[in-house]
Amino acid sequence: MTASQPKITARNVSVYYGATRAIDDVSIDVTQDEVVAFIGPSGCGKSTFLRTLNRMNDTVASARVEGQIHLDGQDIYAPDMDVVQLRARVGMVFQKPNPFPKSIYDNVAYGPRIHGLVDGRTALDDIVEGSLRRAGLWDEVKDRLTDSGTALSGGQQQRLCIARAIAVDPEVILMDEPCSALDPIATAKIEELIHELKGRYAIVIVTHNMQQAARVSQRTAFFHLGHLVEFGATSDIFTNPKAERTKDYITGRYG
Amino acid sequence: MDHTVKAFDADIGQLRGLISQMGGLAENAIGLAMQALQRQDPALASRVRAGDKSIDAIEAEVERLVVKVIALRAPMANDLREVVAALKIAAVVERIGDYAKNIAKRVPMIESDQRIEPMSILPAMARMAAEMVRNALDAFAARDAEAAVRVVESDAALDDFYDSIFRTLVTHMVENPKTISQVAHLLFVAKNLERIGDHATNVAEMVYFAATGTQMADRDRGGDDIVQEYR
Repeated sequence: MTASQPKITARNVSVYYGATRAIDDVSIDVTQDEVVAFIGPSGCGKSTFLRTLNRMNDTVASARVEGQIHLDGQDIYAPDMDVVQLRARVGMVFQKPNPFPKSIYDNVAYGPRIHGLVDGRTALDDIVEGSLRRAGLWDEVKDRLTDSGTALSGGQQQRLCIARAIAVDPEVILMDEPCSALDPIATAKIEELIHELKGRYAIVIVTHNMQQAARVSQRTAFFHLGHLVEFGATSDIFTNPKAERTKDYITGRYG
Repeated sequence: MDHTVKAFDADIGQLRGLISQMGGLAENAIGLAMQALQRQDPALASRVRAGDKSIDAIEAEVERLVVKVIALRAPMANDLREVVAALKIAAVVERIGDYAKNIAKRVPMIESDQRIEPMSILPAMARMAAEMVRNALDAFAARDAEAAVRVVESDAALDDFYDSIFRTLVTHMVENPKTISQVAHLLFVAKNLERIGDHATNVAEMVYFAATGTQMADRDRGGDDIVQEYR
């Protein structure tokens, strides 16, 4: 896989909730070795668009997606696409940490078990430890793996959710405001984690925190009223945006 | 368009005001230092030297305000460029003030019964340098990239002026060896004026970057070239 080859290719994607168009004709590429940030005011469609990338909008009855989204050249909206398999390949971390009401161990082991990825207890132990290590949580929980995941702090819960996402060895991780419920230290740990996971997984992150987008991503997309206004190198977007609307938003003049 | 947070606009406005005020003081200091030199007026010269303290004080105020804006407002894009440019411009204007002070410092050393002839060509050069400073700061106030380019272009004329004055002063020293100690100071005065032009050019380059987000095309920055040996 070369750096320039797109992992995800979205072409002319529009999303409707009933008669309302939430996303209007958006085309975007995400490559394997980058972190892409989506920014924009509330209701601009950035989360809606993020959720089209692993068909999370399928769960919304009124939602309808037009256009093409390909993962490694494969149409993810094709009728024969296995959605459960797709969501293992394109994992997701949500705004509010949502661990299962199970043990820390079982939270991470759940995915590999249902996807039949492991054979035997030792192999599963290895996956759990490896995932927790990559999520930067192992040292904090290794002696209490049987404790409930919900007993952890908010920041630890979010890293547990990231460990759960990477346990099934995904190719892409989608993060929908992963730090908005976390304190600054927990936020810094998630950002550090994003740096470490970069390259191994393509990462797309939605964030309201402009500095966070500037810190963690290589490219940034600005959404406004369902349109993709500007998509470019993060360093350009935050120092010298091309579009007036992007400038007004990131400098705190919008609205 | 205004910022949603009004205090941010107030901070930026205050920053612009401080830079304008500082630039005005520096420009004024150049004129007064030259006046002191022309009239052989040590009292005026010492006022110029004392006045440099207020330029330094404004620079410190700009620094304090810029740090506050960066810490509290996390400026982005054009705001960030403007705040960073203000910080750098303040440092450069402070240097311009130092050159004016240096000219004033030389006034008592040049005092002499006889009039030094080549002195008469320096005020025109000083006016040109002061005008560059004013134009550069006007360009900052107006966010005017084109005006900034004109300032940069005008530096070549000041450099030519300096070369010509340099030759005139050296000729004068050769012909009037008794005046060497005084005229040597005038050489430094001319050099100071030339450096003021370079600094005005730097300000203009920062204004250009703040206004457009791109660096002014690489060019010969001047200041480092050495005047051709006297022939």
